Amino acid sequence: MSTLAGTLGIKPSRRSYTSKVFIYALLIAWSCTTILPLIWVLLNSFKSSEEILTNAFGLPEAYRFINYVKLNEYGNINMMKGFLNSLIISGSVVLGVAFVAGLASFVLSRFQFVGKQLFHVLFVVCMLLPQFAVIIPNFIIIKELGLNGTYLSVILPQIAGNLSFAIIMMTGFMSSLPAELEEAAVVDGASIMKIYYRIIIPLCIPIFSTVSIMIFLWSYNELLMPLVYLPIRDMQPISVLLSLVSNAYGTDYGAMMAAIAISILPLLVLYMISQETVIKGLTAGAVKG
Amino acid sequence: MNFKDKRYIVLFLAPTVILLFAFLLYPLLQSVYYSFTDWYNFSNEKTFIGLDNYKQLIEDPVVGIALRNTLILTLGAIVLQAGGGLALALLTDSVKRGFKFFRTVFFFPIVISGTAIGLMFSIIYNYDYGLLNAIMRTFGIPEQVWLTENSSIYLVLIPILWQYVGFYFVIFLTGMSKIPEDIYESAQLDGITGLQKAFKITIPLLRDVIASCLTLATAGALKVFDVVYIVTKGGPMNSSELLSTYMYDKAFNGQNVGYASTIVITMMLLGVMITVLLNKAVKKDTISY
Repeated sequence: MSTLAGTLGIKPSRRSYTSKVFIYALLIAWSCTTILPLIWVLLNSFKSSEEILTNAFGLPEAYRFINYVKLNEYGNINMMKGFLNSLIISGSVVLGVAFVAGLASFVLSRFQFVGKQLFHVLFVVCMLLPQFAVIIPNFIIIKELGLNGTYLSVILPQIAGNLSFAIIMMTGFMSSLPAELEEAAVVDGASIMKIYYRIIIPLCIPIFSTVSIMIFLWSYNELLMPLVYLPIRDMQPISVLLSLVSNAYGTDYGAMMAAIAISILPLLVLYMISQETVIKGLTAGAVKG
Repeated sequence: MNFKDKRYIVLFLAPTVILLFAFLLYPLLQSVYYSFTDWYNFSNEKTFIGLDNYKQLIEDPVVGIALRNTLILTLGAIVLQAGGGLALALLTDSVKRGFKFFRTVFFFPIVISGTAIGLMFSIIYNYDYGLLNAIMRTFGIPEQVWLTENSSIYLVLIPILWQYVGFYFVIFLTGMSKIPEDIYESAQLDGITGLQKAFKITIPLLRDVIASCLTLATAGALKVFDVVYIVTKGGPMNSSELLSTYMYDKAFNGQNVGYASTIVITMMLLGVMITVLLNKAVKKDTISY
């Protein structure tokens, strides 16, 4: 619109200049509400509790990593172990969803069979189903399957919970792929397995990575499920440990800040390298229960 | 390509179907059944008591508080989250520079877990070490206990709202980018001002987006758990209780799991009801340009 105004020679007035400044001021102010608390956490993570009390806003006297070192062993809360557990759990969930949803999406986008429509309804219903709806019965099911006290007790329900979203996204992507390559492969006598692994998967790398990033984020941030299903301290992911920190650390606020900072760090890195994917994926996945 | 081999259809869909039935659909039925039982602390004894739990639920004062809090959250989400997102999007849309920066910053809190944000805000509200009281000290105002029975729900509302403003911001911005430029160009020739542009053109044309945001905001308010669990655990004196935190408390602190299931079913019914009502209220005749 400005281009046309420009070519017509309409000059920006003084009023529009002041309103621009005002708009930028508002936008920057809101940015500060996001950035400042995070910086506050980061700066205070280098201070001792006494220093936080006397010098709440300023730069720390010295950049000591003592608070971060402490995270390695604080009572029975080991943040580093928590990272490893998060990696095991969320990594398995991502791989599990990619494997199971990939196969299902392949069938839904490339096979013709009666009742296909029914599956679409099933996936939409399952995607909208909030996880708290099944948190109590799954507790019993996990026990009956003999999974309590294992990583699988949180991995399997999380795979199930994320499957529908993944299948809906992947089926949409696969259906839009041209079929010529597969037709040629069929003529050459390739088996269905071979078509899936040699043609479909390589073409679907973009959607696999989008879905994987989203599911990793959700799983890494998930609190309720591991809190309820994984009572063993040594196996708990970072989200559960973080929820215990305020009771366990007492008044050691420096260490608490360090715990927050270090739990955010992997997300910040992921966000920085795949920002477009994360923003698109999270807005698309907002309806997920 | 249309394959028809039945063996592959069954083989590839089986893992999905098994997982969805085992961890979502069968447990959902279980939840409904549990809601009609008296069942303490996951013991082996369940007594079928018909609608007694539902009767108790209607008379439960804490459920009343939780519903009131959910309403506050929903209104806050609609007015401040979606409204704030819309305002920020309109502002960003009206300036040329910095769009990418603002989007990156505004969206980042959504990537962080509710646990980390909750812990951060519980430190901000802390009496001795908190950011708020540090600010009070700097200005020589007496320190305050922030989390009280009257204030708790509003104080947990702040991090929740703060976290998701960026989400609505991105959705509205995407919607605005789809409005064709020539509409604005012709309006500009007629001498329209910035504010008129927003209220007479952009907002009316975004009606569909606004409608879906309303649904998302309402559904989202019912799903809140992490932040409240971390900051207040529903307290003090149940004042910031939500149905989700109350359900957690009833189910996993050795109380009546049957009653907790009743709360779960109520949450689901509420969610479905609100979504249907909202969809009816905002009739969707799509805008075409």
